[in-house]
Amino acid sequence: MTLPLTLELLSDISRMAIRNGATDAEVMGITASEFSVEVRLGEIEKVREANTQGIGLRVLHNGRQASCSTSEISSESIESLVTTAIEMARLTSVDEAALLPDSSEMASELPAVDQLAMTDPGIVDLSTAAKIELARTAEDAARSSDTRIVNSEGAACSTISSQTMLVSTAGFAGSYEGTTISLFTAPIARDGEQMQVGYWGDRRRNLSNLDSPVEIGKEAARRALRKLGARQVPTQSVPVVFEYGATEELLDSVFEVVSGSAIFRRASFLVGRLDEIVASTLLTVIDDGRRPGALGTRPFDSEGLPTRKTVIIDEGRLCNYLLNTYTARKLNLNSTGNAARGLTGSTSVGIGNLYLQPGTTPPAEIIRSVRNGFYVTEMIGFGFNPVTGDYSRGASGWWISEGELAYPVEEVTIAGNFSDMLRGIEVIGNDLQFRGRIAAPTIKIDRMMVSGK
Amino acid sequence: MVDPVQFFTTRFPVTLAQIETLLGIALSQGGDFADLYFEHNVINNLSLEEQIIKSAGRSTVQGVGVRVIAGERTGYAYCDTIEFASISKAAKTAAQIASRPCQTGPVAVEKSRLEHDLYRVEQVVGQQPLEERIILLQELDKSARRFDPRIREVQASLTDEYKIVLIATSNGTLCGDVQPLARMRALCIADDDGNLQSGVSGGGGRYGLDYFDNKRIHHYANEAARQAIVQLEAREAPAGSMEVVLGPGWPGILLHEAVGHGLEADFNRKGTSAFSGLIGQRVASELCTVVDEGTIPNRRGSLNIDDEGNQTGRTVLIENGILRGYLQDQLSARLTGTMPTGNGRRESYRHIPMPRMTNTYMLSGESDPQEIISSVRRGLYAVQFGGGQVDITNGKFVFSASEAYLIEDGQITAPVKGATLIGNGPQSLTRVTAVGNDLSLDEGVGTCGKDGQSVPVGVGMPTIKLSEMTVGGTQ
Repeated sequence: MTLPLTLELLSDISRMAIRNGATDAEVMGITASEFSVEVRLGEIEKVREANTQGIGLRVLHNGRQASCSTSEISSESIESLVTTAIEMARLTSVDEAALLPDSSEMASELPAVDQLAMTDPGIVDLSTAAKIELARTAEDAARSSDTRIVNSEGAACSTISSQTMLVSTAGFAGSYEGTTISLFTAPIARDGEQMQVGYWGDRRRNLSNLDSPVEIGKEAARRALRKLGARQVPTQSVPVVFEYGATEELLDSVFEVVSGSAIFRRASFLVGRLDEIVASTLLTVIDDGRRPGALGTRPFDSEGLPTRKTVIIDEGRLCNYLLNTYTARKLNLNSTGNAARGLTGSTSVGIGNLYLQPGTTPPAEIIRSVRNGFYVTEMIGFGFNPVTGDYSRGASGWWISEGELAYPVEEVTIAGNFSDMLRGIEVIGNDLQFRGRIAAPTIKIDRMMVSGK
Repeated sequence: MVDPVQFFTTRFPVTLAQIETLLGIALSQGGDFADLYFEHNVINNLSLEEQIIKSAGRSTVQGVGVRVIAGERTGYAYCDTIEFASISKAAKTAAQIASRPCQTGPVAVEKSRLEHDLYRVEQVVGQQPLEERIILLQELDKSARRFDPRIREVQASLTDEYKIVLIATSNGTLCGDVQPLARMRALCIADDDGNLQSGVSGGGGRYGLDYFDNKRIHHYANEAARQAIVQLEAREAPAGSMEVVLGPGWPGILLHEAVGHGLEADFNRKGTSAFSGLIGQRVASELCTVVDEGTIPNRRGSLNIDDEGNQTGRTVLIENGILRGYLQDQLSARLTGTMPTGNGRRESYRHIPMPRMTNTYMLSGESDPQEIISSVRRGLYAVQFGGGQVDITNGKFVFSASEAYLIEDGQITAPVKGATLIGNGPQSLTRVTAVGNDLSLDEGVGTCGKDGQSVPVGVGMPTIKLSEMTVGGTQ
């Protein structure tokens, strides 16, 4: 028999764990309603819909820990979840840092739901027909914007409405709800033999904040069209301007090297560098777990600590790593409320809303400041080594010649050392927009190796 | 041996007659085809770090996915609870994709026999005592530290899953499979007076615990440690277009990115792949024959049946340089009037199947690998890689070397730092000027991501030489 997933059930599970010999227990429950529709060339292609749920349990047994999860929620499966977790925890090693947070650190007063603007009933109530219409409109706008848009990978509209619950024997019980809606489309442009896809869309917690489907479609088409005629350039070392989307990817790499998980393992070139200047003094990077309406916002982290705003790099100076309880203990610091976990696996470190403080220069002016350089709009691949900072990724964009965007470029790589790249940031744009959990403006880095012909 | 039909019908409140009724419900709005995918998967993980066992865990993932196809449309719904009422609700939801309500009764299904038996496992990893599994990781840690005193940190993990699936289709087939999967991974960090470098190794497949014997564990440990130590001496990688020699085995990720994804039938049916419409044309040098084979015993990417219940097999993608075929799932095969190739795969019951690779490799050629290296005046010899990625539409792909050396005047000289290699799918393999006689498959660590779904895959390749490829170093 399936049991309803409630905070009471999670409390029962935590008590059952203690009764069975656990020193401490932390139980997370997630329920979600998911819907997605994909439309291609005007016709519905896929509709997917489900209500889903699951429970994740972490138990501690005298300094040893284990984590188990289940998507089946019945008395039998819960009993087996608890006994398996405790059995496993008896056999792992004593790890002095493996403790739940101190009860004094727990989120005691949670912000009001409206204050964080995490839910919109308008998303929950949106009809299937309306979602199909959004996807159709976005794709149509892309397809009708230029005769060179000859094909499409389609458009998708998805909604998720979820509830996250957490109970910890360190003295916490809480839950929050969240909604998201996303709308993406991917038109394909062709010119002669060359085909290029433009992928664009928006994802929001509130329906009224979602970009209009027509704007999304037009922007996607523009992104496909501007890649037509792209070519390789000769190998050379030049200044590189990153369009905001590409800067966001750089910021993702910043997270990798300031995450407590990498720091305590010494797997980051920023180990032991707190309070040092590690980047251009123009650079300020902040993680804000409570920005109203933002995708990474939530009232408490996966261990029940209040989320907060943490300045990571302040005018080039490394001020804070992002930490959960475990990594904080390993480093003799305090958690920054960045514990993250899914239902499965152990607790890791995750971002709230990570952003790069904008500067004052318009992006067009940044481009104009470059005599001969590369404007990167997209990157692919995984060529980043956080231990050494070696950075090498595939890139495409435009060549900048005498301050003008001269022609599109593809099939090249950009390479450098990430530490030098952070120090080499010369200008920061004024075009910061919060579109995802990571947000950044256009930036210019003094010099990187562009490898092509 | 677990019988999937018996497993699901005895463990959960659902009968064979109800499965037939559910297929009828799925077709009640006039769908052309429906299937039910029952899954029960238990995933274990164990990790060692700082010389202690830091975490152990188990996840149970189970549920049923219901798919209904009407023309080119797919309706999909799933439930986490395996009992009639929940599945029935999902079936009614998925059925809505069609719009011609009709009278349908139960759809009779008949159990079909599996043609393959590729991974009979006596000793399932996760069912063995945790103590035994812990000893394996401790052995790996010791072995890596013995390799060199500069190995300062070792992370080791053992992950295994035991997945039981049952697929019932409105074509009347009913078939199930038991799919074990195990992987061991080692990461070493070397520290030479503040110069930190890392190395990664690992392996596995559809095996039981006995696969991870001492010899293999020492091999993973030594490989990860060796790579980290080699990197201590690495110089800056070169930049620009040059001759590239790829070593055997895992560098076959080239094929996965450069041609594999681009030959998945969904992209080609829609005309969105750089390979669309190129069947029968030259897309590689005549030295290249590339196949996708889901039926190699115990391989990580192998399956007795795919996730739509179709027989897996061997598909020739490129034969002596000529593009021969695509990787088909049920939907693409039906819409293009071809046969499924057993490549319809999904991450779990929560996901819609799509064409995916299994084990993708290039057949051996005739060259001696040593002679291939000797033939290069100035180039790169890359033997280990991290991940790769491809833009299906323009064909541009990357894969990142984690262990590579300079070749100077036919000799392998200095190790170089990690660098990304970039190329164009339909062009790259036309630049293959030598294929070695040393085909080897990777050790069993690959996971492929597409459209948000991850599935285990394998790759393989002999040593090959490309006359030209862009290397993304800094010098």
